[in-house]
Amino acid sequence: MMPIEIRGSSFNPWDEIKLHQQKLNRQGQYGATASFVGTMRDFNEDKHVQRMTLEHYPGMTDKYLEKICKEAHQQWDLIETLIIHRIGEIKIADPIVLVCVWSAHRAEAFDACRFMMEDLKSKAPFWKQESTAAGNRWVEKSTPG
Amino acid sequence: MNITVKYFASLREQLGKSEEILTLSDEISIAEVWQNVSASISENIESENILMTINMEYVKSDALVKTGDEVAFFPPVTGG
Repeated sequence: MMPIEIRGSSFNPWDEIKLHQQKLNRQGQYGATASFVGTMRDFNEDKHVQRMTLEHYPGMTDKYLEKICKEAHQQWDLIETLIIHRIGEIKIADPIVLVCVWSAHRAEAFDACRFMMEDLKSKAPFWKQESTAAGNRWVEKSTPG
Repeated sequence: MNITVKYFASLREQLGKSEEILTLSDEISIAEVWQNVSASISENIESENILMTINMEYVKSDALVKTGDEVAFFPPVTGG
């Protein structure tokens, strides 16, 4: 299936994993599920952050996330991948991104999950703008993994 | 020939627009398109610090732009 989704409102990653697993209906085939959840912090580069807005490139974002899933499936023997990414206004502690991978064994799930997340961070067209007490500022680079 | 050019994030704010249609007389490289559109920005942004796409695919600065293409310029991405 390789589903990807861009969400305009808050989501619960743990509910999404559970729901997706039910829909997948391949119990017994996967022995490993690796997930990464990125959540909004209230600080960045020594400043308190009040909230954040996530802009994206409609059309290209979907295309790029699909490419990441496709490449992960080509590189590793995976049963399923799932990516959900927020856009719009994000509040502190809101989940921003979910990457989840199901495979028969743990090595594939761990490695593919890391690859997908790093590729998303460096290439998927999203931009964060933070609101601080001093005003709004664009995040210029991602923190090192 | 006409192309659509899109800008995102801080670059969109610096240029004061998110999209424009450009008419070009010849087939030129995306780096040359960038030179034309960035001329109005007072701050000198090196093209190495800008990501460039044609029809939603990343390209190198010597890639040629064809009529009808959707070109986009944006700063390094910061999602996730």
